[in-house]
Amino acid sequence: MPKKVAYEGRVESWSVMDKDGKTDEKMMPKLSKEQVKEMLRWMVLARVFDDKCFKLQRQGRMGTYAQSTGQEACQIPVALAMQEQDWVFPCFREHPIILMRGFPMAQYLWYWGGDERGMKVPEDVNVFPVAVPVGTQMLHAVGYAWGSKLQGKDVATVTYFGDGGTSEGDFHEAMNFAGVFQTPTLFVCQNNQWAISVPRKKQTRAETLAQKALAYGFEGIQVDGNDVFAVYAAAKHALDKAHAGKGPTLLELMTYRMGDHTTSDDAKKYRPPEEIAYWRERDPIDRLKKYGKANGLWDEGFEQKCLDDAVATVEKAVEAYEAFPKPEPEDMFKYMYKEMTMDLTEQMAMLKRWLDEERQE
Amino acid sequence: MAMVKATLVEAINAALRQEMERDKRVIVIGEDVGKDGGVFRVTDGLYARFGEERVIDTPLAESGIVGTAIGLAVSGLRPVAEVQFDGFVYPAFDQLISHAARIRNRSRGRFHCPLVLRMPYGGGIKALEHHSEAMEALFVHLPGCKVVIPSNPYDAKGLMVSAIREEDPVLFLEPKKLYRAFKQEIPEEPYAVPLGEARLVREGTDVTVVSYGNMARVSNDAAELAQEQGISAEVIDLRTVSPLDKKAVVDSVKKTGRAVIVHEAPRSCGVGAELAATIARRAILSLKAPMERITGCDIITPYPRLEDYYLPNPKRVLNAIKKTMSDF
Ligand SMILES: Cc1ncc(C[n+]2csc(CCOP(=O)(O)OP(=O)(O)O)c2C)c(N)n1
Ligand SMILES: [Mg+2]
Repeated sequence: MPKKVAYEGRVESWSVMDKDGKTDEKMMPKLSKEQVKEMLRWMVLARVFDDKCFKLQRQGRMGTYAQSTGQEACQIPVALAMQEQDWVFPCFREHPIILMRGFPMAQYLWYWGGDERGMKVPEDVNVFPVAVPVGTQMLHAVGYAWGSKLQGKDVATVTYFGDGGTSEGDFHEAMNFAGVFQTPTLFVCQNNQWAISVPRKKQTRAETLAQKALAYGFEGIQVDGNDVFAVYAAAKHALDKAHAGKGPTLLELMTYRMGDHTTSDDAKKYRPPEEIAYWRERDPIDRLKKYGKANGLWDEGFEQKCLDDAVATVEKAVEAYEAFPKPEPEDMFKYMYKEMTMDLTEQMAMLKRWLDEERQE
Repeated sequence: MAMVKATLVEAINAALRQEMERDKRVIVIGEDVGKDGGVFRVTDGLYARFGEERVIDTPLAESGIVGTAIGLAVSGLRPVAEVQFDGFVYPAFDQLISHAARIRNRSRGRFHCPLVLRMPYGGGIKALEHHSEAMEALFVHLPGCKVVIPSNPYDAKGLMVSAIREEDPVLFLEPKKLYRAFKQEIPEEPYAVPLGEARLVREGTDVTVVSYGNMARVSNDAAELAQEQGISAEVIDLRTVSPLDKKAVVDSVKKTGRAVIVHEAPRSCGVGAELAATIARRAILSLKAPMERITGCDIITPYPRLEDYYLPNPKRVLNAIKKTMSDF
């Protein structure tokens, strides 16, 4: 018998705007002038926030922090494409989308400052807590989307992870469940080329990460992740599908981690400077600025105002962050169970006694 | 013997390097262990020295690391696998409990698993969420695995040498707080500290303080404070928490008649509970006062702002020592 082809896959690559801000009108998604300006405002705010957090850490005013600089276009357009009722399930580098989805900035800082109250997500903010264990959160996004579907609710979920995250078993289980149960889930892989010191090509032999979706029976698209328009177009496409009951999509957003892995890392040890220079030329904010000015959407004055407003917003949040008093020891016990167990009640009293004795001397 | 000054990081690094030189079968695998030398730099320089065939950056997958390390070990190599933080070992738990720990027993000795699984352990460094827990009790509950937690560079090097030469899986938990806390004179040459033997840190006559890891240091500081108040505390550093050196503990408590047990891990069913049960069984007639346990509480380890509340400190241990002295 002759051999036949059992399966043939295809992965598209999307980009709309080149590095100089010139767009391909055929690919351009529908966006109002105001929406484009809103994206710039948020990207600038995210960048200022990121710089500030880095400085706070260096000054000993905050704990270890993972910078998102360079990845703003992977997040802000997605938030814009989401519907009000949709949810985000982030990992730990999603400050831009978390803030744009309405998480109060000062409170978000509490988390990075080492205070649990930072993750008490406000009732009206559809964001799940930051997930530090790599690869674990995608399953929750699938479960939430599945649950919404079973309950007849029109809710899509968006989950974020890195190139490294695609190596964890949980990623594959999440993709498989999403495919099998056709959950309205958007998988957003921020392929920033590195997982700490391990380059993308050491994570998988596959040519793209997007193609992993094909193995689970759904669409995967590779997108220029530093191009707000391409990311918006792809996210809108995927979310429209999700809301129409057509199941999950995986987007592989090609981007770059401009900073160190976290404030504890020194990327100079393993990354060539040429690579950083290459990506700096493709900075997502610079590209959008070039586009905006060339197309008469705004002038330098508007860009300056975005920056000034962002600085003011961030400074105000930092003030509130630092003014927040330390919690009482009870705070460590109160949320373990709906009702505190007898044993825990005793342990809490024991710890308070210890602390009192320690303070006395 | 030539001596060098080394931190805990440098001591473990030296053990790895010397064992890799001695035995070609020893390889290092894990996330960022290669060029980067590990996030705490424990494998620093090994990549340059031994190359990418023996110091291998893996994909980001703990179950992958431990599962393949079992296969590597059974195939005749001596893998030293690293999990980047203790808080990220859980994807590999199935491989540990279902396979690494069982392979000798379920194959009636036909196969065995000479695997070392290293991981930074415990709290005290004001780190992000999931980077400060002390979950050794989970590992102690894996019959078939040994569990080591060193408290100083000298022991760390010797214990790592023993762990690599061991024929069964060893979980090697490295207290993050101690990685660079101090330097100690250690022999330049390889040497072995046997697994399963406690160390007498300081002799005393009034009370025995049993601990391990960073808490062994805290306990020793407490013993010094106690000394100033005229109390003579004996401090035992277990070094290996599975198997436990019960004899060392029981003998000491028989001598002093009092016991304080210290660990940072949650209280219930922790290593301290087993120690207390052992003392109660074997030395109860020598006890002059109820045993005291200074431990973490049965709560999620708090983030940095409240870490000081949670972690045992010398004063807390001192107060427990005094309690055993004063109540009775
Ligand atoms: C399960 C697990 N293993 C290891 C780590 C330590 N760690 C934190 S981030 C990271 C690399 C993540 O790379 P990637 O998924 O590409 O995301 P990026 O950091 O590039 O955003 C590692 C190894 C972790 N947090 N969780
Ligand atoms: Mg990455």
